[in-house]
Amino acid sequence: MNISGLLSGVGAIAEKNIRIYYNKPPVFIFGLLFPLFLFFAFYLGRNIDLQTFLPGFLAMTLFFSASSVGPLITPWEKRDRTFERLLSYPVTLEIILLGDTVAGALFGFIITVIIIAGTVIFLPVSVAAPWVWCVATLLGVLAFASLGTLLASPASDTPSNIMMLSSLIRFPLIFISGIFIPLSSLAGVSFYLALLSPLTYLVDIFSLGMYGYSTLDPVTDCIVLLAWTVGLLLVSRTIQRRNLTKGL
Amino acid sequence: MTSLAIRGDSLIKRFNSFTAVKDVSIAVKEGEFFGFLGPNGAGKTTTIRLLTGILPPDSGSVEIAGIDLFSHPLSAKMLMGVIPEHSTVYGDLTPVQNLNLVAKFYRMGTRERDERIRELIPRLGLSDHQKRPVRVFSKGMKQRVSIGCAILHRPKVLFLDEPTEGLDVQSRRLIIDIMRELRAEGTTIFLTTHNIEEASTLCQRVAIINKGSLIAVERPEILKHTFETIKSVQVSFSHDVPSRLLENEHVSRISLSGDKFILYTSNPDAVVKEIVYLADQEDLTITSLQISGPSLEEVFLHLTGGNE
Repeated sequence: MNISGLLSGVGAIAEKNIRIYYNKPPVFIFGLLFPLFLFFAFYLGRNIDLQTFLPGFLAMTLFFSASSVGPLITPWEKRDRTFERLLSYPVTLEIILLGDTVAGALFGFIITVIIIAGTVIFLPVSVAAPWVWCVATLLGVLAFASLGTLLASPASDTPSNIMMLSSLIRFPLIFISGIFIPLSSLAGVSFYLALLSPLTYLVDIFSLGMYGYSTLDPVTDCIVLLAWTVGLLLVSRTIQRRNLTKGL
Repeated sequence: MTSLAIRGDSLIKRFNSFTAVKDVSIAVKEGEFFGFLGPNGAGKTTTIRLLTGILPPDSGSVEIAGIDLFSHPLSAKMLMGVIPEHSTVYGDLTPVQNLNLVAKFYRMGTRERDERIRELIPRLGLSDHQKRPVRVFSKGMKQRVSIGCAILHRPKVLFLDEPTEGLDVQSRRLIIDIMRELRAEGTTIFLTTHNIEEASTLCQRVAIINKGSLIAVERPEILKHTFETIKSVQVSFSHDVPSRLLENEHVSRISLSGDKFILYTSNPDAVVKEIVYLADQEDLTITSLQISGPSLEEVFLHLTGGNE
């Protein structure tokens, strides 16, 4: 398969997903409202420094938006029987997975950029290195859209089953990461647990962009996020290959 | 020498301990209209999924116009169009949006795509429905969009899995006309159907699958002649007659079609004599009497054990 064929296939799958699953007012509004609710839930009424809270809040926004719809696409398509048709087109499993990931990443990117813009415009915060936030956003949306693609892999044509699995995996990843407590304040088991969550590395890069310094080595943060992206896509490919035609 | 458009060789597909397709080999010539028949659960849909690369076989190979489907799936799939069993198009998109999307999968250029869509929309009778999402369409209309998606890129080989099942008369007629046109243009057509009459009138050759194995591949007329022993005598009387009166040693089965009895036999002459004798004895008037060879449906029932 040549590169132009790969890119054209990935583009077509991503366009399909955006048109059909992401480009809907409820999905978009929910994508924007969810971070607001998170902000109200975790920040208002508590004596937390906004500068300390913001990297974790942005990471959470990105995490939820990039990984929210992806898990549902394959079960929806299997239920509506459009998945069988898709497999008959000249696209490979790899093209489908990459297309799903690109669509999730684009959605996560747009929502996160809107939230970042709103944050910078309306809240009294200072950002030391905005370009670091750009890098963080790019790496983050790819990693978490890949997580969404992985969560779509189980053999199911019932979206509610996938939603349950998705919550079961995504929420623990939040709680063990350095979102609620800064990584620098964690010690012992909690610190090592936090290192297991990809969110931790994203929060760390957002912190670097905000304060100009991070707890972990920023290059390590980037490498770990890229490794999560590649790892999640490879695991997705293995599981999806096994489950591809189940539920057709 | 005519080259092969579809070649499936020794295909086997298992689902756990159940073997859905058992060593099936199919060769369809370029430009041929090929029918694929079988009762429910015989393995028709699994076979078509193997031949279109939707399912990988446990063993065996498939070539589309000489290209190995599993080594070069993209090149092989570029040559084929598939209409799966259910009209599977994106309900949230309009017909034109569906066609545009599919054109991108086949990497059609913008100009070629626009021209082809402009040509297809009226042909499919969708001109008045271009701006409505497909989800509000009737089954027949959805199937027209589905056909458009399959023939948009002018495939060399078209697979259709029960395309006219449950459709209104107009949609069914339109789809049959389109299949005939494509056949005349040289497209190879692989049609899976329950409708034996349809297969008999459209297909140059038919294959019959039962319990995962191919049991016959032949021209419909030849297939009928092979089973000349399954003849029938069709008779109707001026008034109602209990079917038990028609039972005799020469009749293997009796069915009723409207006011006509169909008596299956290997010895129609003896059955006609019995009928005439019965009419004389019971003072009945025979209003019609006809001896027929086997229909494709009868051959199908005979081969698949449908008479049992």
